[in-house]
Amino acid sequence: MRALRVLLRKEFLQIFRNPALVRMLFLIPVVQLLVLSNAATFEVQRARMYVVDQDRSTVSRGVSDRLAASGRFVPAGASGSVAAGQEALMRRNVELIVVIPSGFERDVVRTRRAAIQLLLNAEDGATAGVTAAYAREILARYARELPGVSARAPAPARIEVRTRGWYNAELDYRHYMVPGILVQLVTIVGTLLTAMNIVREKEAGTLDQLNVTPVSRGTFIAAKLLPLWTIALAVLGIGLTVAHLVFGVPMRGSLPLIFLAAGLYLVAALGIGLWISSVTETQQQAMFVNFSILMVYLLMSGLFTPVSAMPEWAQRVAEFNPMMHFITLMRNVMLKGAGLADVARQLLILGAAGAVVLTVAVRQYHKRAG
Amino acid sequence: MNAIMVRELTRRFGRFTAVDAISVDVAAGEVFGFLGANGAGKTTAIKMLIGLLAPSSGSARVAGYDVLTQSDAVRRNIGYMSQRFSLYDDLSTRENISLYGGIYGLRDAEIRTRGDELLQHLGMEPIADALVGTLPLGWKQKLAFSVALLHRPAVVFLDEPTGGVDPVTRRQFWEMIYAAAARGTTVFVTTHYMDEAEYCDRLSIMVDGRIAAMGTPAALKAEFGVASIDEVFVRLARPATAAAGG
Amino acid sequence: MPQPTRRHALGAFVVKELRHILRDRQTLTILLLLPLAQVVLFGFAIRTDVNDIRLAVVDPAPDDATRSLRDRFTGTDRFRVVASAPSAERLEPLFRRGEVDVALVFAPGFSRALATGAAAPLQLITDASNPNTGSTMQTYASAVIAAWQRERVTRAPASGAGGSVVIDPQVRMLFNPTLESVNLFVPGLIALVLTLVSAQMTAISLSREKERGTMEILLVSPLRPWQIIVGKVAPYLLLAFANVLTALAAAWLVFAVPFRGSLVLLLASSTLYTLVGLALGTLIAARTGSQLTAMTASMMGTMLPSTLLSGMIFPIASLPLPLQLVSHVVPARWFIVVVRGIMLKGAGLAHLWQELAVLTLMLAVLMVAAIRSFKPRLA
Repeated sequence: MRALRVLLRKEFLQIFRNPALVRMLFLIPVVQLLVLSNAATFEVQRARMYVVDQDRSTVSRGVSDRLAASGRFVPAGASGSVAAGQEALMRRNVELIVVIPSGFERDVVRTRRAAIQLLLNAEDGATAGVTAAYAREILARYARELPGVSARAPAPARIEVRTRGWYNAELDYRHYMVPGILVQLVTIVGTLLTAMNIVREKEAGTLDQLNVTPVSRGTFIAAKLLPLWTIALAVLGIGLTVAHLVFGVPMRGSLPLIFLAAGLYLVAALGIGLWISSVTETQQQAMFVNFSILMVYLLMSGLFTPVSAMPEWAQRVAEFNPMMHFITLMRNVMLKGAGLADVARQLLILGAAGAVVLTVAVRQYHKRAG
Repeated sequence: MNAIMVRELTRRFGRFTAVDAISVDVAAGEVFGFLGANGAGKTTAIKMLIGLLAPSSGSARVAGYDVLTQSDAVRRNIGYMSQRFSLYDDLSTRENISLYGGIYGLRDAEIRTRGDELLQHLGMEPIADALVGTLPLGWKQKLAFSVALLHRPAVVFLDEPTGGVDPVTRRQFWEMIYAAAARGTTVFVTTHYMDEAEYCDRLSIMVDGRIAAMGTPAALKAEFGVASIDEVFVRLARPATAAAGG
Repeated sequence: MPQPTRRHALGAFVVKELRHILRDRQTLTILLLLPLAQVVLFGFAIRTDVNDIRLAVVDPAPDDATRSLRDRFTGTDRFRVVASAPSAERLEPLFRRGEVDVALVFAPGFSRALATGAAAPLQLITDASNPNTGSTMQTYASAVIAAWQRERVTRAPASGAGGSVVIDPQVRMLFNPTLESVNLFVPGLIALVLTLVSAQMTAISLSREKERGTMEILLVSPLRPWQIIVGKVAPYLLLAFANVLTALAAAWLVFAVPFRGSLVLLLASSTLYTLVGLALGTLIAARTGSQLTAMTASMMGTMLPSTLLSGMIFPIASLPLPLQLVSHVVPARWFIVVVRGIMLKGAGLAHLWQELAVLTLMLAVLMVAAIRSFKPRLA
């Protein structure tokens, strides 16, 4: 016990005497939080459109007017030539070209069916898809309003759809991103710094000195993990405060529940850092392995892209990603007010993950080589 | 019972044999010099004795305990000062002392008294709270040695302790070694400074993983008919370099 | 006379550095496999479309009409009914647990209203915690309802054929007809891996030499500062090259990511971008004290901006204005435009010279700054 006490004291002293480390622990998460939450959004702003109106009729003009009036499309060029539109697209001056062929109005009047061409720049497939969906919706609404041949009885069956979006009245994308970003910050502190911390001692030779002492493996590992565990939780606290004060992210669930989950999650995160430190020799290697692993975790965690969008097999793999479960938990608790019963499954998984990872990592760490 | 007993200790790395069936006996209170050129296998051997490396075959007992099966007991009874200085640069002298004292299970009162003694002995009281990283090399070496002895181990292992240090400090260092030996501590020191070999009670010379010669300095000099241990070493090393085509 | 000696020394130095890296098998393996793993990951797993929408239905009085609408939803391959609830209150826990994305709530008088021609009330509840997917799901759901409604109208003409007009939009997705996310990401991840290798690794490697003190030995040697820098970073240049080729090969073979432009232009641009990264890494190493600081600084200065502000994943147009301005100084932003242009559009030098010019300018500035930062050490 005494050995643990003095080792903990040494760890804390070393951490707080290292200005670079302190900055990394406290300043950088805040900066990251501010930048990340503002940058990470898929919201589709207005798309610039190029109108090629080869019909020049009332109806065709109505189409481009309607698109512009929706607020989602900004007229950024018009002519009679498709080639000119394509050049504008190539130069990235517009995002889509609306081509209304000649004979459009005639087709509408005669056959009540007419075609329009929408050419989108789909380099960014996601944005293009959403833009196309908007355009379709606007065109459909416009079509419904055009007088049909028989102006007798109005359409008898009318559905009045009331749509309600739950949990994000402000439609602020950052509310959705911030819980996930907080998880990422905590993970960096937990995994990356744990690994770097231990490997630094390896590189300096002080690790050998400790391995020669009667300090048990368990004590040594506890002394290395506990300080960063508490610091990571502190960083989480700071992050939550910033999130609430600066972004107005709601906290509809229970705060102790979040910290309980965080504590469990960190055991796994720290365990991974410990494992990395035992398979690398230099800080450079440790950093590199860390980044590679973290990158994979991040991408499969649902932080940037929804897990439900992944193919079946990928979703199953993602089940093994503790980060994914923690992010889901954070979102459900903070935005939806989920309670203990609602997140019980995630908690169990996090606990199990922590136990498994830590066991493996401890086994991997040997005082004696060879 | 001998403080250190090594029997046919061997360590292989793949096809390369770093330590080839060495056998050594060191009595309690002896100052034993473990000599050899760089790359001869000294550090590998010492790592096996202090429990940092597992032997490929053979056995060793340190302070009466088997290094393989009773490694915890061994660790409690030895001190170690590594080649690369390994106290914490970003802690003060006093903090390093209380750290290692606590690790070795000394009580707070003991840590305080022994720490004060240590500081007084080294004349480091005025700078006891300075970060160790700011001290010159000579001080650091002496400090590391003293800390290795803080818990009064039966055996202390020193790996190239006087590297890069000025002659005066080196002298002081050896005086500290003698003082420890006089108190009954067994000192196992590796060095490639052949003149330091003269200071040892007994010594061994490793060449290519084997112990090529062992005995008191006087006996070895007589055996090879030379005036210094340096000469002994050259005689031993020459066949090896001749074989390598040198 | 001294010239040949210096050149010879530089050659020996580069060889030594190369050996260093090759000996670090672990890092080397990861370095070469990483692009591969990423391409696979990005290609197979990362999607941004909303495909599998879990639907809950609240239907207190199920009949033909409600069932028909419900079947309409399951008929599409976007929606999947995962739960039925007797009342709207029972929906709460389902949403809270994240088990349901959209709920369709029929009021009891739905069918009657439909038959009599009054407005039939229907509630559509979406989980909008992610406002982006929330509105997308809403749009899709509304489209299904509208289509069903249209069919009802044409099938049950109350009074004569009242046909409303149908405008048929034919949508063509240029450059990425199948809307493959991978086509979007592969250029970005080439940039990412290059950034990691060129900037991050260089920063750490150089700062390690500084920390160990071996840098001083180098500075005292006959090698000049610029030669030391070149020698240290040359191996990483080779590695970066290898990475680009690996990533491209993987993307092309496994995912048939199109490659419509000139390979030579792409490799040349990649080299340019790598050099920028190397210069940046060198600058960071020169200005920081320890490996840890170098790592932090390079993470903040290269990795983060390269992933977030470069348009790699998130469109630049979606960024708030101040960040859009900042993105102009992120080299990755320009590089990604070049790579996407070459790969997806088949763009040539004529269309991309501006971006390449910017990168060249950045290289010049960074190189000068890096070399300047190393000089004071000699004085």
